[in-house]
Amino acid sequence: MSTAQIEVQLIAMVVAAAAALPGVFLVLRRMAMMSDAISHSILIGIVLAFFVVHNLSHPLLVFGAAATGVLTVVLVELLNRTKRVHADSAIGLVFPLLFSIGVILISRYASHVHLDLDAVLMGELAFAPFDRLTLMGLDFGPRALWLMGGILLLNLLFIILFFKELKLATFDPGLAAALGFSPVLLHYGLMTVVSVTAVGAFEAVGSLLVVALMIAPPATAWLLTDRLSRMLTLSVLFGVLSALSGYWLAHLLDVSIAGMMATMTGFFFLAVFLYAPRRGILAIARRRAYQRISFAGAALAVHLLNHENLPEAMEECRVDHLGEHLRWEEPFAKKVIRHLVRADAIRYDKEYLQLTPKGRLLAQTVMER
Amino acid sequence: MSGEFLRLLVTDYTLRTVTLGAALLGLTSGTLGAFAVLRRQALLGDAVAHATLPGIALAFLLTLSKAPLILLLGAAVSGWLGTLLVLAVVRNTRIREDAALGLILSVFFGLGLVLLTRIQKMPLASQAGLDSFLFGQAATLMVGDVQAMALLAAPVLLLLVLLWKEWKLISFDPEYGATLGYRVRLLDTVMTSMIVVAIVIGLQTVGVVLMSAMIVAPAAAARQWTDRLSVMVGLSAFFGALAGVCGAILSSSTSQLPTGPSIVVIISLIVAFSLAFAPNRGLVWDWVRQARNRSRLRLDTVLGNMMLLARQHEEADYGHKAAAIGALSGGRIGIEARLRELRREGFVEMDRQGDWHLTAKGVARCEMIVKKWEP
Repeated sequence: MSTAQIEVQLIAMVVAAAAALPGVFLVLRRMAMMSDAISHSILIGIVLAFFVVHNLSHPLLVFGAAATGVLTVVLVELLNRTKRVHADSAIGLVFPLLFSIGVILISRYASHVHLDLDAVLMGELAFAPFDRLTLMGLDFGPRALWLMGGILLLNLLFIILFFKELKLATFDPGLAAALGFSPVLLHYGLMTVVSVTAVGAFEAVGSLLVVALMIAPPATAWLLTDRLSRMLTLSVLFGVLSALSGYWLAHLLDVSIAGMMATMTGFFFLAVFLYAPRRGILAIARRRAYQRISFAGAALAVHLLNHENLPEAMEECRVDHLGEHLRWEEPFAKKVIRHLVRADAIRYDKEYLQLTPKGRLLAQTVMER
Repeated sequence: MSGEFLRLLVTDYTLRTVTLGAALLGLTSGTLGAFAVLRRQALLGDAVAHATLPGIALAFLLTLSKAPLILLLGAAVSGWLGTLLVLAVVRNTRIREDAALGLILSVFFGLGLVLLTRIQKMPLASQAGLDSFLFGQAATLMVGDVQAMALLAAPVLLLLVLLWKEWKLISFDPEYGATLGYRVRLLDTVMTSMIVVAIVIGLQTVGVVLMSAMIVAPAAAARQWTDRLSVMVGLSAFFGALAGVCGAILSSSTSQLPTGPSIVVIISLIVAFSLAFAPNRGLVWDWVRQARNRSRLRLDTVLGNMMLLARQHEEADYGHKAAAIGALSGGRIGIEARLRELRREGFVEMDRQGDWHLTAKGVARCEMIVKKWEP
């Protein structure tokens, strides 16, 4: 591994971690699409700030662009307040316009600088190590690493300092307001953090993949835990994993690094969506099937108990009559019987089903319930 | 200028193709967008548009052909798959729609970029042009493209007309539709698929990144002008086509002007105009109404205070200096102008000493206002 490769991976990991942290709150507060809007509209901020300072690595660029991110939020809210369009339409109206103006400005006036449309969409992660931070002739490593490291630190600080407030405002905004925390202030604070992160990550992975890094890892983590602190840790973990695996796969297949990182966040989500222990699709399906069988088993036990020791018992408790009496298909009936036999609740007596003491107890508990 | 344009439209082959394609795209996305917006699926369009990218790339990778119909079918399949995944995530987990949309949108788009970069590295000459799906390139539209677009649009628009009543029902009151025995779930799926097709039709002109705006914006603009569904759909189609044609022509006649963004800027202007000036719902009329009410209220306050002052004297037309009236009515600033306005309306008069007093008409108005407020 060359130094450049290590540096690219470091940057990728830091970007992923920095994006995942505010992403958790976006996902929990149902504002995920806001990150989509912000990451698009910061483009116009970057372009305009570039026209002013003529330098893509100027710190003013970050502030200018972050300001447009917050402006997007303000515009969306103003549009909402007119009550002339739905909330989601408002988002869908604001950011395409800002993004379009940004794209037009780039293609008309900025085509001679290295701010082209491909970079806007995919970032320039592979070139990031060539842009060094040098102070007094000393090389301090890639500039992007310092920038994103600073943003990661800022995000960490924001979350640690306001953890209690964020938690309360996220899960119970009404109580938070009643206790005197300003939800508006917190909202704009979070939006500022999201904007700054989006701007920083923009250079590395492009405008659209910032969204993947902000939304997918927290969504993945949410399927695995109910604790906010654990969700934050898991999100960072999934983000970093996606960054690393994405980098190596892109290296192997010779494709866009940022695109592969986004793909990997989706891959991890899909894996967890399918296989998560409690909330995964498979776990849910298995649980539903089990509940169906065990409910049917209880019904069968009650049925047997009702006819136990009565003259018609010989008729009612025959295996091949279950279809008629309980309206079960044969394969299902067999499954239920197997379930009860395994639970030691019934036993076969030739063609007939008989409750064991354990089965009788089961039926009685069900009926008392 | 417009005569020149019309002459070119008839004679110039490229211009005709571009105009036709852009009009077709605006028409379909405007029409279907109206339903997407009414059904609060505005952002679904964004996710679908982004989700089409891997489909386009895969269709090319599998067939190595750039036949428009093949690429658009690939786009439709993958856009549709994206929609299904959004629904699957929302139905089966606690993740809400916004996060599901953001997730599918960005991951599919990332996958699309991966495939595109893969295609770019292939030793083929034919891959050029796939990039135009990102931001749209009206100038590259060929007759074959427009034919493919028409082929996709025709069944969708036909279905829209044939099942008009059903679409209306599920857009406004799906529960009622279900009680009437309509298969709402099926209709829902068909409608969403139609929206997917409308998005796919615009991809080549507007591009993956901005196509969602063509779903949301024409409908949002049309909504301001009317409360009738049929009028809204018609207007939305008109606005979409107008923006499409203007944007496409502007971009193909100007160098370095990408088509998608141009169309989006134009449709956004239409939205802004509609929000501001549409009759009834226009924000400007709102402001005018409010300003008028506020000024009336201020004038009436002055009248009322003059009445109070007059009551402290025997004769009803006892005059007062403007300054005295102003001191009672919330400040002297502007009091002269207000009094002059009231004189113009015939409620007050000024005598030779420069004192102001109520006229009989002014007294009557005061009594009327007091009556309005006292039960």
